[in-house]
Amino acid sequence: MQLTGAEIVIRCLQEEKVEFVFGYPGGSVLYIYDELFKQDQFKHILVRHEQAAVHAADAYSRSSQKVGVCMVTSGPGVTNAVTGIATAYMDSIPLVVITGQVPTAYIGQDAFQEADTVGITRPCVKHNFLVKDVKDLAVTLKKAFYLARTGRPGPVLVDIPKDITTHKCDFHYPKSIAMRSYNPVVKGHSGQIKKAVQLLLEAKRPMIYAGGGVILSDAADKLTKVTRMLGFPITQTLMGLGGYPATDGQSLGMLGMHGTYEANMAMQHCDVLLAVGARFDDRVIGNPAHFGQVARKIIHIDIDPSSISKRVKVDVPIVGNVPDVLDEIIKLLEAADGKPDAKGLASWWKQIDEWRGKNSLQYKQGSDLIMPQYVVEKLYEVTGGDAFVTSDVGQHQMWAAQYYKFDKPRRWINSGGLGTMGFGLPAAMGVRFANPKATVACVTGEASIQMCIQELSTCKQYRLPIKIVNLNNGYLGMVRQWQQMFHGNRYSESYVDALPDFVKLAEAYGHVGLKVEKPADVEPALREAFVKHKNELVFLDILTDPTANVFPMVAGGKGLSEMILAEDL
Amino acid sequence: MRHIISILIENEAGALSRVSGLFSARGYNIESLTVAPTEDASLSRMTIVSIGSDEVIEQITKQLNKLIDVVKVVELSEAPHIERELMLVKVRATGKDREEMKRVADIFRGRIIDVTESSYVIELTGNGAKLDAFLAAIDASLVLETVRTGVCGVGRGDRILKA
Repeated sequence: MQLTGAEIVIRCLQEEKVEFVFGYPGGSVLYIYDELFKQDQFKHILVRHEQAAVHAADAYSRSSQKVGVCMVTSGPGVTNAVTGIATAYMDSIPLVVITGQVPTAYIGQDAFQEADTVGITRPCVKHNFLVKDVKDLAVTLKKAFYLARTGRPGPVLVDIPKDITTHKCDFHYPKSIAMRSYNPVVKGHSGQIKKAVQLLLEAKRPMIYAGGGVILSDAADKLTKVTRMLGFPITQTLMGLGGYPATDGQSLGMLGMHGTYEANMAMQHCDVLLAVGARFDDRVIGNPAHFGQVARKIIHIDIDPSSISKRVKVDVPIVGNVPDVLDEIIKLLEAADGKPDAKGLASWWKQIDEWRGKNSLQYKQGSDLIMPQYVVEKLYEVTGGDAFVTSDVGQHQMWAAQYYKFDKPRRWINSGGLGTMGFGLPAAMGVRFANPKATVACVTGEASIQMCIQELSTCKQYRLPIKIVNLNNGYLGMVRQWQQMFHGNRYSESYVDALPDFVKLAEAYGHVGLKVEKPADVEPALREAFVKHKNELVFLDILTDPTANVFPMVAGGKGLSEMILAEDL
Repeated sequence: MRHIISILIENEAGALSRVSGLFSARGYNIESLTVAPTEDASLSRMTIVSIGSDEVIEQITKQLNKLIDVVKVVELSEAPHIERELMLVKVRATGKDREEMKRVADIFRGRIIDVTESSYVIELTGNGAKLDAFLAAIDASLVLETVRTGVCGVGRGDRILKA
C-alpha cells in the first residue's frame, strides 16, 4: 500500500517504538502533524520554544538510554533548535531531530521560513540528511536512528521538504541497515588490553578517571567492578558523575576546574592513569603542558579514536565500546597471577587520605545568609540521594555536582560540554517523561532559569511535578566570581537587576511558589516542596549569599595541582 | 611538514562541504584540495594537501574518518607515491618572446594548446615544485593568467585505495 511521506514519518517513529516526540508545529510540518493527530501509539509533547523541545528530548535520552526525538518546523524552528542540538552534540547524546523544510522547488529561493538547515547544523550534528525523494524517507530515518545510537552517539538531523510529506510511495521499514562508510568499533584490541592490565598490576600510584562515556554506554556496573577488584582510587568528570557511587570510599569525587583537592592531586601525581570514556578536556586537566610535567603511563579507553591523543599523548590507546573493553579487563584480572601492588597502593592511599584531610569542600553556614552549598546538601538529604537532578550552567551547577552525591548513573543531567544556560527546566521535563514516577529537581539560578522560563507553561499542561531549586544570589554568579578573582572586582554586567517575583510568576503559571530567606527555613521549605506538594510543580526561590564562590578552583590555563582553596582566601 | 591525504567519500550533495567545514572548524590548514568522482560513480576521491605536525595530521585523519560519508582515508605521503598537478598558463608571446617561450615550454615538457597572434596557453603537468620552477624560469611580466588544479596523487605499486 502506498503511503504519503507524512504517514511514513509517523510509521517509522512507531517502528522505532518511540514513546514521545518533543516538538512545535509550523507550516512545513503541517502534514506530519496532521498524521500525528490521527494516531495514538506515541505522544507528542508541545513545548513553548523549540530550544526546549531539543533539551527535553536530550534529557529524556540522558535519563533513559533511549534515543530522544524532536520535531520542529523550517527556518526559525530550526534556528531556535540549534542551541539544543549543539548541546546534545557536545555531550554525545543520541537524538533524532526531524525538521520541516520549504518545498523542494522553493529551496534556494529565499522562501518564507527557509533556512539552510543542513548547512547551519552540519558542525553540530553527528550527521544530517536532506530528503529529496519520498522513496528515500524510510531508509533515511532508519539510518538516523542507527547513527544516533551506535558508535559515539550524537544528534542526527533529517530535513524533510514539505512536498515530500505529500508524495506517495510503498512503505517498507528496513529491519537493519549497513553502511559501507560507517562501521563503529565495539571490541577493543586484545593485545592493547593485555598491555593495559599489565600496567595496572604494576602501578604504584594508580588512578582511574571516568567520564561521560561510562554513563552513555551503561558501563557503571562494570566500572564499579573493575575499580573494586583493583582497589584503586577513582575520580569522575562532571559528565561521569554517578558512574561510580560517590558515597564509596574509593571515590575521590569530581576532578577538574572545580574538582576536589584529592582528586586533582591524585590525577596530577599518579604513575598509571586509566581513562575510561573521558576526553581530557580543558576543564578537566587544566593546562596540558603542566599536566605533562609529571611522567605517567596513560591507558585510554574510548569508542572515538579522535578523542585519543587529542590533547594528551596516550601510551596505551584502546578503541572500543567501554563495557566490552571493561569485560575483557575483568576476565584478564580474574585470570591474572599477580595482584595489584599492595604495598605501593597502601602508601598511595595514605598520601590520598592526607590530601582528603584538607576537606576542600568545607564551607561555613552561619545563621543569617543561606549558603548555596547548604541548600544542595539539604536537597540531598530530603530526597534521600535518589532524585534526578538537572541543572543549568554556572555556580549552582558546580555546587550541585560537588554536594549532591550521585550513587547511580543517569541521575545527574547537565550541559557539560556546551554549557548551555536554559537547559535545566526543559531537561527536567524530559527526565520526568522518561521516568514518570521519579523525583525530579532542577537546581538553577535566577539568571539561567529565565532563559527557558516559558516552559513553566508546558509543565502545567502535562502536570509535571518538578521541583525548581532556584539559588538566587542576584548575580550571574560564575561571571561575578571570575570578575572578582581576575578582573579587579569590576562586576561588568553581571548583576541581574529587576528580577521578577518568582513566587508570583510560578503562581501565574498555575504552580506553587515558595520564597526562602533564612538558613533555618531551607530544610522545612524543601520538605514542604517534596512532601506536601509532591504532585505539584514547586518553584523554590532561595535567596543565597551573593558573595559565595565555588572552590576549589583551578584558574584558566593553570595546572591541576595549582588549586585555589577556600581556606587560601 | 607537508602531508597528502587521500579520501574516498560517498558522492553525495554536500560531501565536499563536510570536509572543508571540518578543516575550517578545527583550524586545520588546506594547501590544496581536489575532488572528482571515481570509476564507481557513487564514490568521489579527494586529495588534500595540508601542512601540520604529525600529531595534527593524525587528528585530521581521525576526524575525517569520523565523518559518516567518508569511506576510507589514507595518508598518501607516508609511503612511496606519485603526485601530479596540472597547470594552464596564458603568456604574452610576441616578438622574440614567442620563440623563447616555446623553448622553455619544451624543456619542461609542456604543451602549447592555444595560440593567438599575441599569446600562448601552455599546459604543464608535474609535481608542485616543477610547476613552480617553470614559472620561475619565464619572465614574470609575460604571465597573463595561471590556473592550477591542486595536487592529486596515487600510491605506488600495490598501495591501492578502494572501497
